[in-house]
Amino acid sequence: MTTSLSPTRTSGLAFARRFISRRISWVPVFAAVFILVVMFVAAQAYFGNFLTPRVISSLLLDNAYLLILAVGMTFVILTGGIDLSVGAVMAFTGMLGASLLRDGLPVALVIPIMLVVGAAMGLGVGVLVQYFGVQPFIASLAAMFAARGLAFMVSLSSIKVEDKAILWLQSTRLQAAPGSWSITPTGILALLTVVVAALVLAYTRFGRTIYAVGGNEQSAKLMGLPVVRTKLLAYVISGVCAGLAGVAFTAYTGASYPLNGIGTELDTIAAVVIGGTLLTGGSGYVLGSMVGVFVYGTIKSAISFLGAEQSWTRITIGALLLVFVVVQRIIVARSRRR
Amino acid sequence: MTADSEVPPVVEMRGITIEFPGVKALEGVDFTLRAGEVHSLMGENGAGKSTLIKALTGVYTIASGTIAVSGVERTFRGTADAQAAGISTVYQEVNLCGNLSVGENIMLGHESRVAGRIDWRSTHREAARHLENLGVQIDTRSLLSSHSIALQQLVAISRAMVTDSKVLVLDEPTSSLDRSEVEQLFGVMRDLRDRGVAILFVTHFLDQVYEISDRLTVLRNGKLVAEHPVSEVPRAELISLMIGRELDELQALSRASVRTVDRTDAPVLSATQLGRKGSLNPVDVDVYEGEVIGIAGLLGSGRTELARLLYGADRADTGRLEMHGRPARITTPRNAIDNRIAFSSEDRRAEGIIGDLTVAENIVLGLQAKRGWLRKVRNPERVVAEYMDALGVTPADPHRLIRELSGGNQQKVLLARWLATAPQLIILDEPTRGIDIGAKADIQRKVAELSNAGLSVVFISSELEEVLRISQRVVVMRDRHKIGELASNDIEVADLVDFIAHDTIKKPESVA
Amino acid sequence: MKRIFKHRMTWPIIALLVLVLVNTIARPSFISVTVQGDKLYGPIIDILRNSAPLMLVALGMTIVIATRGIDLSVGAIMAVSGAVALTIIEGSPAPDSLATVMIAATAGVLVALVLGVWNGFLVSVVGIQPIIATLVLMLAGRGIALLITGGFITTINSDPYKFMAQGYLIGLPFALFVSIAAVIAVALIERRTALGVLTEAVGINPEASRLAGVRSRSIIWAAYAVSGLLAGIAGILYSSNIMAADANAAGLYIELDAILAVVLGGTSLMGGKFSIAGTVIGVFTIQTLKSTITFLGVPPAVSPLFLAIVVVIVVLVQSPQLRDRLSRAVRRVRRGPATPTLTDSGAEAAQ
Repeated sequence: MTTSLSPTRTSGLAFARRFISRRISWVPVFAAVFILVVMFVAAQAYFGNFLTPRVISSLLLDNAYLLILAVGMTFVILTGGIDLSVGAVMAFTGMLGASLLRDGLPVALVIPIMLVVGAAMGLGVGVLVQYFGVQPFIASLAAMFAARGLAFMVSLSSIKVEDKAILWLQSTRLQAAPGSWSITPTGILALLTVVVAALVLAYTRFGRTIYAVGGNEQSAKLMGLPVVRTKLLAYVISGVCAGLAGVAFTAYTGASYPLNGIGTELDTIAAVVIGGTLLTGGSGYVLGSMVGVFVYGTIKSAISFLGAEQSWTRITIGALLLVFVVVQRIIVARSRRR
Repeated sequence: MTADSEVPPVVEMRGITIEFPGVKALEGVDFTLRAGEVHSLMGENGAGKSTLIKALTGVYTIASGTIAVSGVERTFRGTADAQAAGISTVYQEVNLCGNLSVGENIMLGHESRVAGRIDWRSTHREAARHLENLGVQIDTRSLLSSHSIALQQLVAISRAMVTDSKVLVLDEPTSSLDRSEVEQLFGVMRDLRDRGVAILFVTHFLDQVYEISDRLTVLRNGKLVAEHPVSEVPRAELISLMIGRELDELQALSRASVRTVDRTDAPVLSATQLGRKGSLNPVDVDVYEGEVIGIAGLLGSGRTELARLLYGADRADTGRLEMHGRPARITTPRNAIDNRIAFSSEDRRAEGIIGDLTVAENIVLGLQAKRGWLRKVRNPERVVAEYMDALGVTPADPHRLIRELSGGNQQKVLLARWLATAPQLIILDEPTRGIDIGAKADIQRKVAELSNAGLSVVFISSELEEVLRISQRVVVMRDRHKIGELASNDIEVADLVDFIAHDTIKKPESVA
Repeated sequence: MKRIFKHRMTWPIIALLVLVLVNTIARPSFISVTVQGDKLYGPIIDILRNSAPLMLVALGMTIVIATRGIDLSVGAIMAVSGAVALTIIEGSPAPDSLATVMIAATAGVLVALVLGVWNGFLVSVVGIQPIIATLVLMLAGRGIALLITGGFITTINSDPYKFMAQGYLIGLPFALFVSIAAVIAVALIERRTALGVLTEAVGINPEASRLAGVRSRSIIWAAYAVSGLLAGIAGILYSSNIMAADANAAGLYIELDAILAVVLGGTSLMGGKFSIAGTVIGVFTIQTLKSTITFLGVPPAVSPLFLAIVVVIVVLVQSPQLRDRLSRAVRRVRRGPATPTLTDSGAEAAQ
């Protein structure tokens, strides 16, 4: 008894249909890429000198910290949660790191401490969410406040970083030619984070469980998957990424300031959503989030090219976020009806 | 292929008791499942079917009793324990992840790995092999949600086979499948049975029970009623086992209301070809003034779906409605209420009461919603007192939270809520389910009294005896179809049982 | 006696009284009120005055939370309304005229109302989760405010405008009267009409409410509109207090303060039953707490840490899981092994 459900014809149409049925979840990512390309083209047409290696390179270099945060946020949103604490945790770990360095601790110790502190904040959020049924946004909002307060507790004013290793991360420029393509160690760090996260999500049981939990937590439980551990770990990863972003941002600015990253959590969420990750969880890719960060960076660059108020960045991002959320909502409503 | 009693049982449950606060969901139930049989678990709502399944699959822990799998006694602390013991479950709402590929859903947690890295190629090959064992050939890399529910169910079964399950629990797998899909599923089930898998099958469709199963167990009110080979239980007897009356006893019960209804005027509500894809095939129903229309049929027959379409709780795809001979548009509950139609859902807790509000607030809610937020109900105390008194709500304290009341009193409060809005038609879906005898009698009496006073009623109940006693006409539903309409004066419960089972009765008296 | 302890207002009131008591013991001047001229001064008067913006925002938040929602955009809306009002006054030839101030304040509040309506539209009509729907404005709102002020902190001199937050009326701060008026207005609208109980019904059981004929869409929509309106008034008060429109600082973090005030007042984040009086007490508790933190010499910038700790404690106390665990543990101690329980996977399946 064989069902007639498989298309045996290998016509072009069948191929296309198969491609779509396999890759449908990549469509939002393609949409983000499309928007990025449209922006590039429009900016180039308008300014004439937008698409230069220098500007494109700076998309990565100026937003390395955001990219790292977006990677962590992608894990959390994929499970159906949200983490509003990332900006504040980034500021706190940055402050902590800068003050430890000032006190003379070796950088080889300071960076692990920053990562562990980030992980601990993430774990705290995860425990509140998972074991006490606190809504993710409340738990992470509390963590955001706690981290912001802690950052001010470290110091009320900015701390300059003079450690060579940290400054090396940003000051070293590997470039093809002066003014051409270039990359800094922080940029490499951010790209590495993306690659590792993409591999973890695509090729490990943990990664696939993240998707399963976000797709249908109840099912994942009934399938015997380790739901609790996976969700906790997603928040921990987001915390670690926030710690790493703290390193990158400190290197980028050469100093830590307790007010760093105010509103960054919103930028991060916006980048992830624009990159095609569904806020309801279960669908999305870190590569998409990377594209989302580039969209964000392009908007920011274009606005500074225009010489307009930087406040337009947030407004544009907010509008774009809205469009994507509404489209997502329509897609979800459609698939429910089916 | 009937299971041989020599074969040792794969699952042996003895004296299973499960209690929830205030309710004994299961009481000393025995259940045996043998290798190579399809065993149907039967019972109406609240009989304890799903509780028994959840005990077997490790969702609930049992209070007392034992579960032995292949002769070894087991304690399940979670679904993972049950799965490890070789018991897999496929639910009606397929419990897989639609956002993942077919192959992943089959293999999740059992993927082939090379040094911790998932080898997708061999994982999908493995998944395809399991699917082919069930005779299914599809692209395992396609998204699960792009396939029909029927296919998703086969995928879920494949998943169960990955872990070499000895026991497969199929909880209402057929309720959203069409005929050919059911055929395909049954083919797979027979095949697995012949390979020695024990299958526990739950369905509301009697035809399917007789078509596929070897033995059946009937539960009622949390107790074991009977266990028989299917061939030894005629349909009518099965129905009476499920609804809990001996046929003779049923026949002896009091007559249906003999009151005649004046059907000269246009019906209060008339539905023509009312239907909704996937839940109800087009149905015609007329309700006249002062008439009680009963809707009879087993759970899943489409009776609730019909009620919801009449009220606009769900949107109909086909058909039209007329009120007093004039076309009416009822697509939302608001429309229905504006047309003075009321509806009390079968799910009292989720769709009826507002648990954290008081009895008084719950009673006034319907009236208040009708008046709008600005015009607060005048003299609510009087309204509340009047209806609490009329329906005999106890305790007679309007300021108590409704969730603290017994089921029967909650139901009375809901009835009060609707009566306060002065409806001309009230649709009651299982108003007497799970409530004590006294409250049940009160509600039946009230319905009769109201219809005598001119109110039209649509009355749904799984207790056929109750339907016959209260209504003047009975619409009979099966498999989401209306299969007939009978005048209740002319028939006995046994006839109704026959009609549900076979479409015919010994003395057919259809009403035009 | 038992009834007093079971009453849901009891604990919030006790918490506030304890806080006041501790403050009084630590610095007896805390409860002192001095009269200078015809005006009253003192720490308590300050708390009453400074709590006005939070009071307004928290009232709106209470209604939104009752519908099972949340409004994260209140701080951004405050920034916008302040920016609108001050920009109008700044551009006006007669900043000191009462008419100018009235027009400016009304314009600011109306813009805020429009933003609230917008939030409500996204939530109730489009069906976006409240967190995300209001996140959009939280993100874009401050940008809009910055645009209105041209990227600067607009400062003005206008006595009538200054009066709103800093003036006195019959010896008491004018802001206190605004806050009292708002409490009375909201309480009257919610409790004298049926709006309150319908809102609760929608928050407790949306599906049952729909089947009972409640127009839940309009009710949810109205809640966000009210929240926007009140945040707008709060924005006017805030800008009047500092006589400047600071798009970045106005109402920063007020959303968490407001959520906390609501929760402290006994309204559950899961929606449903709400208590205006509880929110009022919650607001005073938070304001007193902040004043205490300042008194302890902690820099105001660090105070979010304390608020975060209070939030965690409060949500843990409200957490059904924690109660479950505790009561199960208590039962186990009392009478040995527990009776039938759901396994972890069952807890949700049973819902």
